[in-house]
Amino acid sequence: MTEKSDLRAAVAAGVGGSEESFRGLLAAIVEVARSIFGAKASSILLLDEETEELVFEAVVGEGEDTLLGTRFPAGKGIAGWVLATQTPLVIEDVQQDPRFAKDVAEDTGYVPSGLMAAPLMHEERALGVLSVLDRPEQSLFSLKEMELLGLFAHQASIAVDLLLKARKANRVLEQSGGDLEVVSRLATVVDALEDSRREAGLRLLHELAAMLGAKGGL
Amino acid sequence: MTDVTAHGEDAGQSALPAWSLPKDAVDRIALPWQWPERVTRDWALGGSSGKGARVCILDSGVEAGHPLVGDLESAVVISIGENDEVVAEEDTEGDVSGHGTACAGIVRTLAPECSISSVRVLGSTFTGSGAILLGGLKYAVEQGFDVINMSLSTTKKPFASILHELADSAYFKRTVLVASAHNMPVESYPWRFSSVISVGSHEEDDPLAFFANPNPPVEFFGRGVNVEVPWLGGRSLKVSGNSFATPHLSAICALILAKHPELTPFQLKSVLYLTATNVGGGK
Repeated sequence: MTEKSDLRAAVAAGVGGSEESFRGLLAAIVEVARSIFGAKASSILLLDEETEELVFEAVVGEGEDTLLGTRFPAGKGIAGWVLATQTPLVIEDVQQDPRFAKDVAEDTGYVPSGLMAAPLMHEERALGVLSVLDRPEQSLFSLKEMELLGLFAHQASIAVDLLLKARKANRVLEQSGGDLEVVSRLATVVDALEDSRREAGLRLLHELAAMLGAKGGL
Repeated sequence: MTDVTAHGEDAGQSALPAWSLPKDAVDRIALPWQWPERVTRDWALGGSSGKGARVCILDSGVEAGHPLVGDLESAVVISIGENDEVVAEEDTEGDVSGHGTACAGIVRTLAPECSISSVRVLGSTFTGSGAILLGGLKYAVEQGFDVINMSLSTTKKPFASILHELADSAYFKRTVLVASAHNMPVESYPWRFSSVISVGSHEEDDPLAFFANPNPPVEFFGRGVNVEVPWLGGRSLKVSGNSFATPHLSAICALILAKHPELTPFQLKSVLYLTATNVGGGK
């Protein structure tokens, strides 16, 4: 028997935003973050809990062609520290030493000379990390930038939460083996109807529910 | 100074009751030392190198032998055993991110002769990191360090009550827990507890400048912006964040405790307040 939450997920997958639209939102956030800080690049890393890896979900600027989808271990490095401790930090002049360049290059293929990183928090969980790479050298960091970074991270974490929910809903739909597909499609169609037809559509659904034995229709 | 809370440990005297004070015991809890008429920065830490104070860095490990860190008293990595017991083993891996080394370097710069130990609670596994954090803190409190630098926190509410107990237990065992305040709008622990010394950042360049906050829960502000610190591989970086302000306060606590080992965490916090840059002790 299909679980109630599965049905809800099916409806959510039908009427909620698509993965593409949420990914677009993440891309827009990193684009604005890069622009505000005058940085060369900005990215959002998401935690894959199963593999304990961080995955590049949105990248703008240097590395955008190569980094998307790239993974590295979540327990180590600067992003790993930010994720594990759920604490933002800022590091500059990171390219001073060639050994560091090598470490980062191995992980990501892109070598920044400075980075700001903040955790993406949703309730008690750290979902990932927002990074802003290579701010202009002449702009000295201050607490105002840290606050701004926190605000962006907060916005990004809301978008990430929506993306993860959309993914979960789609996963449920796929796992249902097509049983729930019709519920999802129905929700999409009714949601897209114009007002006059929507009313008729909802009436039809009520009748269908009554026929199927739902008390009081839908 | 005699430990006035060590009830009944003095030979030939009856035990002092823990929960009340009989008339005949009043004389025995008189302070064996005098507070100065005015607590100044010079009285608090003038001439102190931190020698004798034991500082623990609860973090990502510390790169031993880094020229800006020097030797460590000990270095362990924490894991959780099959029966949920806390396992502390010698840490052969060192620092997994660079952050712990940076914190140790800040402490070493300000308190050059204090002892530094590393308790690594990060890097071995991502899931279960909350339990390892708790286990690491429990271990550190049991070791009787004078100062535990905790530049990290957890947002997990189920851990809050255990952390609270550990923080109180440290407080009564005369271990000062110096904890980084979160600089994002989230609820996290243990920095919000009154038994710890919580730290946020200021933007001044003076590493010994620290400010008392009249509006807690963040109680003190330490230097946390554009700080030069040691990082992995023997190099140095410039960093910012509350997690770097925290070791500044830890080092200042080590300097004070090295000179005045008799101070309880309550008294130490009072000294910090009286000698804070904005309270007048900075003069």
